[in-house]
Amino acid sequence: MALSRSNWRSRSESVVIPLAALMVALVLFGIFCMFGGKNPFAVYAAIFKTAFGSWNAFQGTLLRAAPLMLTALCTALPARLGLMVIGNEGALVLGGLGAAAVGLILSYGSITPNPAQLQTTLGLAPTVVQIGMALGGIIAGGIWIAIVGALRHYRAVNETISSLLMNYIAIALLNHLVEGPWKDPASLNKPSTFPIPELYRLGNIGSTRIHYGLIYGLLACAIAYFLIQHTTFGFAARTAGGNVKAARIAGLPVGKLTIIICFLAGSCAGLAGMVEVAAVQGQANASIVAGYGYAGILVAFIARYNALAAAVVAILLGGIINSGGALQRSFGMPDATVLVFQGLVFLVVLYSESLYGRFKIFKEPEIPIAPPPVPSAAVPV
Amino acid sequence: MSNRYIYVPRRQVIRGLLATAAFGATSKLWTGCSSSPTDTASTSGTSGASPDAGKPITIGFIYNAPKADYGWNQAHAVGAAAIASMPGIKIIEQESVPETKEVQEVMRNMIDQDGATVVIATSFGYFDPHVLEVAKAYPDVQFLHCGTLWKEGLAKNIGSFFALVDEGQYLAGRIAAQASKGGKIGFVGAKPINPVLRNINSFMLGARSVKPDIKMQVIFTGDWSLPVKEADATNSLADQGFDVIAVHVDSPKVVIETAEKRGLLSSGFHSDQSALAPKGYLTGTVYNWGTIYKNYVELFKAGKTLINGGVKPQYIGGIAEDYIGLATFGPAVTEPIKKDVEAAKAKLVDGSAVVYKGAIKDNAGAVKIPAGKTYKVTAPELTKMDWLAEGVSGKTS
Amino acid sequence: MAAEALGWWGVPLGILAGTLRGSAPFLFVSLGECLTEKSGKINLGLEGTLLTGAMSAYAISYLASDKWGIPTSVSPWLGVLVAGCAGMILGFIHAWLSQQPKVNDIAVGIAMIIFGSGIAFYFGKAFIQPKAPQLPTIDLGNWSAMPAVQSALKISPLFIFGVLLAPLMAWFFKSTRWGLFVRAVGDSPDAALAMGVSIKRVRMLCIIAGSFLAGIGGACLSLYYPGLWSESISSGQGLMAVALVIFARWNPVQCLWASLFFGGAQAIGPALQSVGVDQGRYLFNAMPYILTLLIMIITCSPKKTLSGAPGALGTING
Repeated sequence: MALSRSNWRSRSESVVIPLAALMVALVLFGIFCMFGGKNPFAVYAAIFKTAFGSWNAFQGTLLRAAPLMLTALCTALPARLGLMVIGNEGALVLGGLGAAAVGLILSYGSITPNPAQLQTTLGLAPTVVQIGMALGGIIAGGIWIAIVGALRHYRAVNETISSLLMNYIAIALLNHLVEGPWKDPASLNKPSTFPIPELYRLGNIGSTRIHYGLIYGLLACAIAYFLIQHTTFGFAARTAGGNVKAARIAGLPVGKLTIIICFLAGSCAGLAGMVEVAAVQGQANASIVAGYGYAGILVAFIARYNALAAAVVAILLGGIINSGGALQRSFGMPDATVLVFQGLVFLVVLYSESLYGRFKIFKEPEIPIAPPPVPSAAVPV
Repeated sequence: MSNRYIYVPRRQVIRGLLATAAFGATSKLWTGCSSSPTDTASTSGTSGASPDAGKPITIGFIYNAPKADYGWNQAHAVGAAAIASMPGIKIIEQESVPETKEVQEVMRNMIDQDGATVVIATSFGYFDPHVLEVAKAYPDVQFLHCGTLWKEGLAKNIGSFFALVDEGQYLAGRIAAQASKGGKIGFVGAKPINPVLRNINSFMLGARSVKPDIKMQVIFTGDWSLPVKEADATNSLADQGFDVIAVHVDSPKVVIETAEKRGLLSSGFHSDQSALAPKGYLTGTVYNWGTIYKNYVELFKAGKTLINGGVKPQYIGGIAEDYIGLATFGPAVTEPIKKDVEAAKAKLVDGSAVVYKGAIKDNAGAVKIPAGKTYKVTAPELTKMDWLAEGVSGKTS
Repeated sequence: MAAEALGWWGVPLGILAGTLRGSAPFLFVSLGECLTEKSGKINLGLEGTLLTGAMSAYAISYLASDKWGIPTSVSPWLGVLVAGCAGMILGFIHAWLSQQPKVNDIAVGIAMIIFGSGIAFYFGKAFIQPKAPQLPTIDLGNWSAMPAVQSALKISPLFIFGVLLAPLMAWFFKSTRWGLFVRAVGDSPDAALAMGVSIKRVRMLCIIAGSFLAGIGGACLSLYYPGLWSESISSGQGLMAVALVIFARWNPVQCLWASLFFGGAQAIGPALQSVGVDQGRYLFNAMPYILTLLIMIITCSPKKTLSGAPGALGTING
């Protein structure tokens, strides 16, 4: 499979098909806009301009892409094992809670510091606290999805459903904690945990307005790609994903693989939660539930579970989200327009999956592996 | 393996690049199109809302949910529509903007791409850190936040405005107490946060000013818009014999309609819902954001800004300023009740009566406002209220 | 009509009322999903179908009575019908797309959630504020003098239709020729092929019919309880229904019990708060999700596939 695809014809297939899918989605969306009385070409121009038109605009796109890269991995990694995990939002929330808890403990010595404790921090170096928060997010998010993996392996509980239910549970837990045991009494209007001291928060990259979450996202995608494609661990995971029975017979520890991959998946989304807390909100509250998890599922699917592709698709989707505002402000279209657009892109890209291998033009000429004894019947295309 | 290694990333990179190019190709055809957003206003340099330029003052409104929600956001959107038709004013709106980096980006886009010189952020959670952060980057743009969060020492281009509902809800409470037969009021709230608690307490203080032994039960649904929960809560209160239902959720429609179906009296919020419950609707506090927005627009057109000191950093008011009002009275509000409310309202307006007059206890018996102490609704102490008043059954956490 | 306080009796009554009122959407969506899954496909997109159904039912009911002059006794029923048809259109997209080679049905489902909710929100803006005529109710509680009981027993005819549909569907699977086809396609497509049944066509019909039911489930939300159109009208009922089908073991009658249970669980939080119990509000509200998860953990087992599980479910193009 890998060998036969290395040729230019089939390689161009995997460029032309998604590209064509995107064009078709744009055309469909244009027709939709026309029914709404808008000039579709003006809409396209606005989309491009707001999302990619200038470095300033592109920063907005990258900023929105950052959490999506991380949450996409939460679906993309388990998919390599044949598992369909959609618990991204829940893992993100847990990661945010974990990061806030660790951050506060390392800052003040307690999740709910009393006024005396609030006066001074423990004086740890910012790097130490930031690493602590990242670990808090990674571990909390990781365990959350590892539970899904464990339930799948030991109890055969469908991972799609269990991870979906755990999203709701995670959000309830967040609300419970920030309005109850972990509440900062000063957060009267918007129940939140105590804020992480300014000093310990994640800043922006250089003079841009993009926070370090983007670097985390890109790194995570690169590492995940390397892990899956270039390590024996990744090879084992892909083998098990291809055929569980065969993997068991080959002696692969399927259970262990499942739980580790799920842990890694959850830890990526958890890291996204940490970034939301440490770079954006400065504290954990209901605002970290902003739909990044669900958007991440979309990214993972469109990227066909490829971690590197996920980074690219996240930027594309970040651009769509970015441009959603322009549709509202310049064309007076309602907020739901961008949902329709996303839905169309997603549906058409999914349909395009079925087109791989259907077009003769992308077929390599048959290279006979062993000379056929008799001239075989033409292979139907 | 090595083949795949080379093959996959290139494919993906090309895919992404071409996708970007595809956007480019389509857009190039139409760069001159009139309805595409103009980039003329890289406003960082131009001064705020100066009327002399002859071009309209562009005001950007940001809402945290759909503006057609028949609730909080719609009340703002109605206010925005009221100034949209004023000459020399252009408004741009964006709805469903979450309180994340997203709102910062939206503010930046409104300023950079649409040339907004005034940004009005209508959700509480937009303020810290989002408005604070973006205001630093655009010192010439005015940021107006809907809330009571302004304090001394903030950047000069940040201002707050807010309509305090306490007096309206106090009057609605008076009406409810007089219309109620059983003396038990139910309240469906979203979350036990300060604005909701103030709403509940002022309603209760109004009710108790008429019938001191009246009781209230609060149900918090847990979020701003949960229609099934809100209906269940209203039904549960009806089952428990509460005969007036008051409400503070994003859209009171479910609660009002469910109360009507159960034959209860109801008191609305945000806007006038009298059409939804022709029998049981009493009244409710309505926001007149348009009053505030028109006031701002007049100032801007006179060349006044936050930055040059012509616009005050904070506009907070209640019934006297016409920032709030009462909705159309329903049939259960009889003539004597109407007279009583008119009299009570006159007293609130001229300042001879106040909503918060000590001694006020919380529902655990602790004195929260000592005897002899009074607070005007604008008092900053009230923004720290985190308790439920005497007679209210419910917990704040 | 001076209502008397029920005190603690209000809690079970509230839960009962919640069961009767709130379970209809669960019931329709889970029956729809049950039919879909029996044929070997998963439709996660029923959440989007539910929203589209709720919006179109409300919109049509309002437009028909207010703009087209159709009497208010008919217009809500017209709304229900249109909701079902809107569901069928979304169902057709799902059925067609998810049967393309190499296309994952769960991915299509998630795309359909986004697309369906986008369509519902986009076209629904104008119908948030107006008041649409509601479906009539059947009042079974008139024997009681208590308004609380009377109100609890105001039952929607749609709910009764759903309750009857559950055993009917079970009978359909068990005893009809078409039911056999559906089961064959879902359990072992090879056998179905051997029987000369078109797998594609059976699945297409099952998914479309299932989506029709989900659309009606949406109509229950907007035209019966809570009885309005709002973008937050669904609190994930469409997604929960998928979980519900699994622990109902793909048995329509058990779907009925599970739906009743979920409807009741929704009402526990508010009912308890109305008598002054408000500790752990959020955890109470998360009850249905926690319970579903627990039940799945208890009932699933790695040793055997679940009894009743369609054999081809979850296999690519199975």
